[in-house]
Amino acid sequence: MSAPAPSMYSSEAVAIAKKIGLTMGKANLEIYADTLLALAKADRNVIAVTSDSRGSGKLGPFGQALPEQIVEVGIAEQNLVGISAGLASCGKTVFATSPGCFLSARSLEQIKNDVAYSDIPVNLVAISAGVSYGALGTTHHSLHDLAALRAINNIQILVPADNFEAREAVKAAAASNKPAYLRFGKAPLYDLPRKNDSFAIGKARVIREGSDMAFIATGETVIHALLAAENMAGSNIGATVISVPTVRPLDAETILAAARSCRVVITVEEHLVHGGLGEAVASTLLQAAVHPKFRIVGIPDEYTATGSQADIFRHYGISMEGLSEVAAKLLR
Amino acid sequence: MPLSDDQLIRKSLEYRRTTLEIIKHAGAGHTGGSLSCIDILNVLYNRVLRVSPETRKDPHRDRYIQSKGHSVEALFTILADRGYYDRKELDSLCGYNSHFVGHPTRKVPGVEFNTGALGHGLAIGVGCALAAKKDKSDFRTYVLMGDGELAEGSVWEAAMAGAHYDLDNLWAIVDHNTLQITGRTRDVCSNEPLDEKFAAFGWEVVVIDGHSIPALTKALMERTEGAPRAIIANTTKGKGVSFMEDVGKWHHGVPSDEEYAKALAEIDSILASK
Repeated sequence: MSAPAPSMYSSEAVAIAKKIGLTMGKANLEIYADTLLALAKADRNVIAVTSDSRGSGKLGPFGQALPEQIVEVGIAEQNLVGISAGLASCGKTVFATSPGCFLSARSLEQIKNDVAYSDIPVNLVAISAGVSYGALGTTHHSLHDLAALRAINNIQILVPADNFEAREAVKAAAASNKPAYLRFGKAPLYDLPRKNDSFAIGKARVIREGSDMAFIATGETVIHALLAAENMAGSNIGATVISVPTVRPLDAETILAAARSCRVVITVEEHLVHGGLGEAVASTLLQAAVHPKFRIVGIPDEYTATGSQADIFRHYGISMEGLSEVAAKLLR
Repeated sequence: MPLSDDQLIRKSLEYRRTTLEIIKHAGAGHTGGSLSCIDILNVLYNRVLRVSPETRKDPHRDRYIQSKGHSVEALFTILADRGYYDRKELDSLCGYNSHFVGHPTRKVPGVEFNTGALGHGLAIGVGCALAAKKDKSDFRTYVLMGDGELAEGSVWEAAMAGAHYDLDNLWAIVDHNTLQITGRTRDVCSNEPLDEKFAAFGWEVVVIDGHSIPALTKALMERTEGAPRAIIANTTKGKGVSFMEDVGKWHHGVPSDEEYAKALAEIDSILASK
């Protein structure tokens, strides 16, 4: 008998979430599927392409509602991307849907040549990305994808942090008519506070403002940064929290403004510490001669800890407690 | 006015000459494979494909995807002849800031996809053919591959999908010249018998002389209801230049001044006799 799945949040973190009025939403993957179905019902040129992944991509209802708008290629990710490029070149708005681990590695050459280099506007949807698959192990983790795609010219990289960002990212990608990679997890997420409803590709979102330090985070780690910021407010530390839903193009302006106004910057991502958001931010800061104390929190360059996504997050300090601790050390 | 077989045969000779000219001028190129597929491209562009410079963005145009991208000099030569750009532009082949690079790119008018990494074209072709089916458009999709290229597993992923979706608007043409960069394909890592392989994957297969204008015309124009068609076009690498024919070193060999003069003299003497 297996132990019950551990929570992603400690009871203290849950209490803080409650105190600031956060409510629990759905998994971003479900938002993706719902949004895509709505788009496809309104436009018969919207096509989902799957690699035996309609179940894990929550696209079962899509397949039932719009059988003419889903293309199944079987367990063949290279084929998935190549066929998607062919469809998109003929005017279809294509969402190629596959686990992030396979999509961003097995079919990387198709992404590079058939999509990015050929400038064909395929939307590549990485489902259960990062360490969403947790205990299934490293074969099923995508901790390299942001680095791999950042090194390929001409592809937008969208990593939504909550249901609002996920919904808007899908709509924005569909409308952009440019190659895009969208990264979704499968765990339910808290809805982040919203000052306004604006979302645009290339824009970071300031979730919270403070003058001592800034968390610059992406995807499913943003909530942990926000909880840490709220946690530290009890110790009179003011922390800015920036969500970066588009890792490329990166919103250098918002990032630099935040970094200039505080003395510590911590980036957080569900990705190897190499080549992802952290190094993108570091490059931005260094080249602008902005030098706060700086730390990249992510998955270190080692044999990844085993366990659920929650276990792995906690192990590497991607949690309210872990991030509060790192921040306190740097602020000392 | 449709061109006769004799006129197309003459065109092939001219195309071979131009291909050698641009490779010699650039000092680079894939000579052997370009010469082996010239008759295939000739028949496609002059007799089969419903494409033109004026309609190159028409959603209902036929699609040609050159998966064996390295034979780009043949394609660039024929697109110039078909009026997509001036022949003079090919003097920039492989030069600084030229979009005529050593593999097809969409920067060149008439090129559908950026190819050159082998094993990509057939999946793209499946996507185009599926799009035509979904839109109830009658455009056809042709994909040219090399026989060495068929070692790429992605080709067979696409072959499965092409048959699964009954894509009778899709043609895969194999430039079966039996040589790849290392040597005979059957010695490098044999993928024969090609016809039986495609048939086993659910394709209708024809095996033809890939230098025969009538045979190419028939194979490229005919279709079978409910199944994609694979054309195994038996060709000779380096076709049309005696000392290049079936010699592996011409895969990407560039002729010396002496070889170049000899090659052009051979072609010119045949042209003069026509």
